[in-house]
Amino acid sequence: MSDSVTHFDKAIDEAEKYLAAQKRRQTVSLAIRYTILTVVGLIMLYPLIWLVGASFKSNTEIFAGAGFMPVNPTTDGYVEGWQTSTPYTFGRFFWNTFLIIAPKTICTVISCTVVAYGFARFDFPGKKILFATVIGTLLLPNVVTRIPQYLLFRDLGWLDSYLPLWVPSAFAGDAFFVFMLLQFLRSIPRDMEEAARVDGATSFQALIYVVVPMLVPAMISVALFQFMWTMNDFLGPLIYVSSVDKFPVSLALKLSIDTAESFEWNRILAMSVLTLLPSLLVFFLSQKYFVEGISAGGVKG
Amino acid sequence: MSGDSRLLGFWYVLPYLIGLLVFTAIPFLGSLYLSFTDYRLMQGASFIGLENYTDILTRDRTFTRSFNVTMLYVLITVPLKLAFALFIAGVLNSKLKGIGFFRTAYYVPSILGGSIAVAVLWRYMFADTGFINMMLTSIGFEAINWFGNPGTALFTITLLRLWQFGSAMVIFLAALQSIDKSLYEAAAIDGAKPWRAFFAITLPLLTPVIFFNLIMQMVQAFQEFNGPYVITSGGPLKSTYLLPLYIYEMAFKKFDMGYASAIAWVLFAVIMVLTLIAFWSSKHWVYYAGDKRS
Repeated sequence: MSDSVTHFDKAIDEAEKYLAAQKRRQTVSLAIRYTILTVVGLIMLYPLIWLVGASFKSNTEIFAGAGFMPVNPTTDGYVEGWQTSTPYTFGRFFWNTFLIIAPKTICTVISCTVVAYGFARFDFPGKKILFATVIGTLLLPNVVTRIPQYLLFRDLGWLDSYLPLWVPSAFAGDAFFVFMLLQFLRSIPRDMEEAARVDGATSFQALIYVVVPMLVPAMISVALFQFMWTMNDFLGPLIYVSSVDKFPVSLALKLSIDTAESFEWNRILAMSVLTLLPSLLVFFLSQKYFVEGISAGGVKG
Repeated sequence: MSGDSRLLGFWYVLPYLIGLLVFTAIPFLGSLYLSFTDYRLMQGASFIGLENYTDILTRDRTFTRSFNVTMLYVLITVPLKLAFALFIAGVLNSKLKGIGFFRTAYYVPSILGGSIAVAVLWRYMFADTGFINMMLTSIGFEAINWFGNPGTALFTITLLRLWQFGSAMVIFLAALQSIDKSLYEAAAIDGAKPWRAFFAITLPLLTPVIFFNLIMQMVQAFQEFNGPYVITSGGPLKSTYLLPLYIYEMAFKKFDMGYASAIAWVLFAVIMVLTLIAFWSSKHWVYYAGDKRS
């Protein structure tokens, strides 16, 4: 009997030791984690910090050292960069970017929602094959369709306009978004729609009045992603937009590093900051939609 | 009711079907056809059979160079990016205060990285008089001619894409957080060391997202265009002349659409073969927990 009691004491003793060791390990692990995260974070963000700092420096100061704080802050880069070496200001290029993004984003949200609804809620002949093509186009490298698309848009007389950038989006051209919305739709119960249908609503009314209100967060995610992607898109405008007066900021920025301005680093860096600003603002105002979007599109399914 | 809804669903997906045919399927087959033709923009297409392909594979030195560089780039960038994303996701995956802050900070480059503005920033960072060299010289190293050296030039593009590990990391992190903690407790009770738990529990449960990230990152890396176009202009000595840049110049600078299509199809074939290998091999290394379907 007493033997088993000492055994018991010993066990408690050992358990306590084990717990203490574990706690120590956790503290050490936490310290290591924070160190890694902070160091990596600083390295990652430094280029951006430097970019912002350098955009407020004079050119001579940019070449003087690697620090980010401007000694004599100046807005020359912004003032002169905004004028550009073209007859247009950067304001024009921002307006052009907006003209590309707004219709494209609206078209994407509407068409992808309708199509995802069709896939999620109905059965029809050939659905499986058609859905397989959604996944297929997700993996299909654009490089293989680009040249005939160009020839098609040329024959339609759409070169040097924004139509080649808008129109495919009106036909749910970005399969990724169909896929993403589909993931969200699957998690929304059908009860309410069915109730609406029983009460005499058409399937389209059910979509507008029942599904869309519940799908709004996902639709916002889609709009945000499309906004970012279009803001960043370079190759599309490069191929289709040739007159400078129609350039979006991405092309204007490339133009400025190719011209005499390329020695005026502060101008170009200042315009780079402005180019990144809309995406950054949108991202910080709406972070949670992004994270939800990636997780839904990526992990489930 | 079921009769009419059969067609109903079809009407909803009709826009997609039209878009698929007009903007994807027909161009897809069109480029295959073009690859067998001699098609210059101002003249029509004339059928020349396999000539483009034999030229590409036997005579075209630029292609060989470009192909090798592309493979090297993908082979370096994708594994490094995935490993780094997984590592940071692992570090983030605990009861840290401020996890949201770090996750956001790491995700910002992914949001911005595709932008031409960041490519411009990269070009200036690694320029001879850029701040990377200034940092190196200030701590006593010699300045490196990043863009003058074939090895380092490609590395700058790799670094840019590594910098954007955030989107892969967010996916890894979500998967890590969905792993049942009791599995680790059970392993600890059985006396398993943390590294053993990592290889026996974490890694197998992560294989589906590793697989997903691998495919996505690979397809993306093979299509890298902005980096070489803006940062290095393909140089020096074509050491960063990735295939998408070659295709672009062939198609939209020299307007040799037939030949460009053939190169695009070779690139497509390479991506397809590697994707199929990944899918085929996934049976052996991707672990799907049977009861985790929602």
